[in-house]
Amino acid sequence: MQVGTGKSVLNGIAIGKIKIYKKKDTTISTKPVTDTGAELLRFEDAQQKAIQQQTALYEKALDEAGEDIAEVFNIHAMMLEDDDFVDAIREIITKQKMCAEYAIKTAGTNQAAVFAAMDDPYLQARSADVMDIAQAMLDILQGTDVDSMQGTEPSILVAEDLAPSETVRLDKSLLLGFVTREGSTNSHTAILARSMNIPALIQCKEIDDTWDGKMAVIDGYNACVYVDPTPDLLKSLQKRQQEDKKKQALLQELKGKPNTTLDGTTINVYANIGGIGDVGAVQQNDAGGVGLFRSEFVYLNSKDYPTEEYQFEAYKQVVETLAPKKVIIRTCDIGADKTVDYMKLDHEENPALGYRAIRICLTRKDFFKTQLRALLRASAYGNLGIMFPMITSLRELHDAKNILDECKVELAAEGKKIGDIEVGTMIETPAAVLIADDLAKECDFFSIGTNDLTQYTCALDRQNAKLEPFANPHHPAVLREIKMTVDAGHRHGIWVGICGELGADTSLTETFLRMGVDELSVNPKSILPVRKKIRSLDLTKPATVDGEDKPEDAKPEAKPDAKADAKADTKTKAKDKAKA
Amino acid sequence: MKEFQYTIKDACGIHARPAGLLVKVVKSHASTATLEKDGKSCDMRKLMALMGMGVKQGDTVTVKVEGDDEDATAADIEKFMTENL
Repeated sequence: MQVGTGKSVLNGIAIGKIKIYKKKDTTISTKPVTDTGAELLRFEDAQQKAIQQQTALYEKALDEAGEDIAEVFNIHAMMLEDDDFVDAIREIITKQKMCAEYAIKTAGTNQAAVFAAMDDPYLQARSADVMDIAQAMLDILQGTDVDSMQGTEPSILVAEDLAPSETVRLDKSLLLGFVTREGSTNSHTAILARSMNIPALIQCKEIDDTWDGKMAVIDGYNACVYVDPTPDLLKSLQKRQQEDKKKQALLQELKGKPNTTLDGTTINVYANIGGIGDVGAVQQNDAGGVGLFRSEFVYLNSKDYPTEEYQFEAYKQVVETLAPKKVIIRTCDIGADKTVDYMKLDHEENPALGYRAIRICLTRKDFFKTQLRALLRASAYGNLGIMFPMITSLRELHDAKNILDECKVELAAEGKKIGDIEVGTMIETPAAVLIADDLAKECDFFSIGTNDLTQYTCALDRQNAKLEPFANPHHPAVLREIKMTVDAGHRHGIWVGICGELGADTSLTETFLRMGVDELSVNPKSILPVRKKIRSLDLTKPATVDGEDKPEDAKPEAKPDAKADAKADTKTKAKDKAKA
Repeated sequence: MKEFQYTIKDACGIHARPAGLLVKVVKSHASTATLEKDGKSCDMRKLMALMGMGVKQGDTVTVKVEGDDEDATAADIEKFMTENL
């Protein structure tokens, strides 16, 4: 087995035989011509044909990859008519008395060099577009049959480089994926591969002609290609490919569609994320926004207290990238199982009930203000919401809001811009549930953190595997608390969401909808399955599940489910420790 | 002659796609239009030159339009920029 590495342009898997896609080397005459008029005509003929070709490619790309990227070929057509470019070609033919091929190649290389020398990576990548149109004219003049180079069976193409127009011309039914030695992730070729959903690896220096005809797998997740993979590896990647296909089918089915039940109830499905790196997953899974952005990463990734500027940049990047989608950021939830050395927190016997989250923030006001100022400043760049974790009393919410107001006044005095922000309370303690009516009057939304709410309600340590037989994620007490919170929120006209793991449990989606939950925020992987579930429900029909008001024993069918969930829970627990 | 200034808000600046569309807008009129930034200028009918200006988000550019239909041309360019850039 050989392994090639590079940069991945799409998180996908392609499996198949390799076909080396090779352009024939053609020589261009450098001898002066006598009939420059004839060469001008040859150029004009090639130019017109190339424009027609690019216009046809626009139609093909529109069909296969969407309007945004298809527009590239309209731009190619316009570049072919660009005055400066055309003048340069004419001048080489008439003044230097060179053939049309030489003139096109020289003018194209020169113009490409201008773009390549620019300091902006986006514009640098445009040199590939110039080379593409020059090559298109050369192929026409030299009668190169581009379409036959792909072969006749489905394969992974391996090439030095692929131009955008080549990529579109390729027969998609025969193109499993491609690997190139050159190329940039900003190139139109890479963008095309992404929008056509073709796994591709670029900048792979290991490419070798001996790969021709061999079995290979492009693993877009790990940015590598395996040539002659071992049977075990092949098997596991085939499985991954199947999962991908399922997800893609789901995405195609759901993309852009509202999260509306058959009877017309619509709710928001948002994503839970833990850092800037998760933003891609939010977009790929077509989430409506971010319902829980755990801000801990800014603390856990630092060796010392993160500065306002550092935090501002981090929040701004996420908010700005996802705008106008809503991004709800939870303020610092350090403490309990998430600790950092520089904060010098004492070791505690009972950390879950200890000095954590809002309790730290309210006693270390300057520390809290650094984050709040960064959040407020970032709010000018998109649609940002702030929520406070671990609230157990009205006074805590008041205090937190007062500090937030203090920051607003300071920033206004400094002339800093602030956007409109929603302020919410996390409901994750039984105390908060019981005073939800009071809290609702003082904030814009509730977000229920079911993981901690379950642990505190059932007095059941989430980290203790021995307690597994006692754990019931569908505990009626927790479900009743959710209902109480939703009702209290709605009594005071605020929206109520769920951002704990329970939100992703599709066996409860119907229950939550019947309770009137307004938003479910789930891990990116669960977004599509949850949305599919919502769209399949009809709330006018009798309930098919109800977890609401029956004692546990009266629900025998719920038990095996609950057990299975509890098991799945413990497996991911180590991970969740750091996250939730 | 008509002249106006515009500050680019689009995160990508005047990249290929809007540049192409902008050239189309200018070419649909008889007037000539130039775009200036930091002492450099280009003819807005020329796509590669326009892209080559490397106009980014936050840059303020000056657009000068001259010709018989300069009012309509300038208005159309400004409208396009406001809506797309």
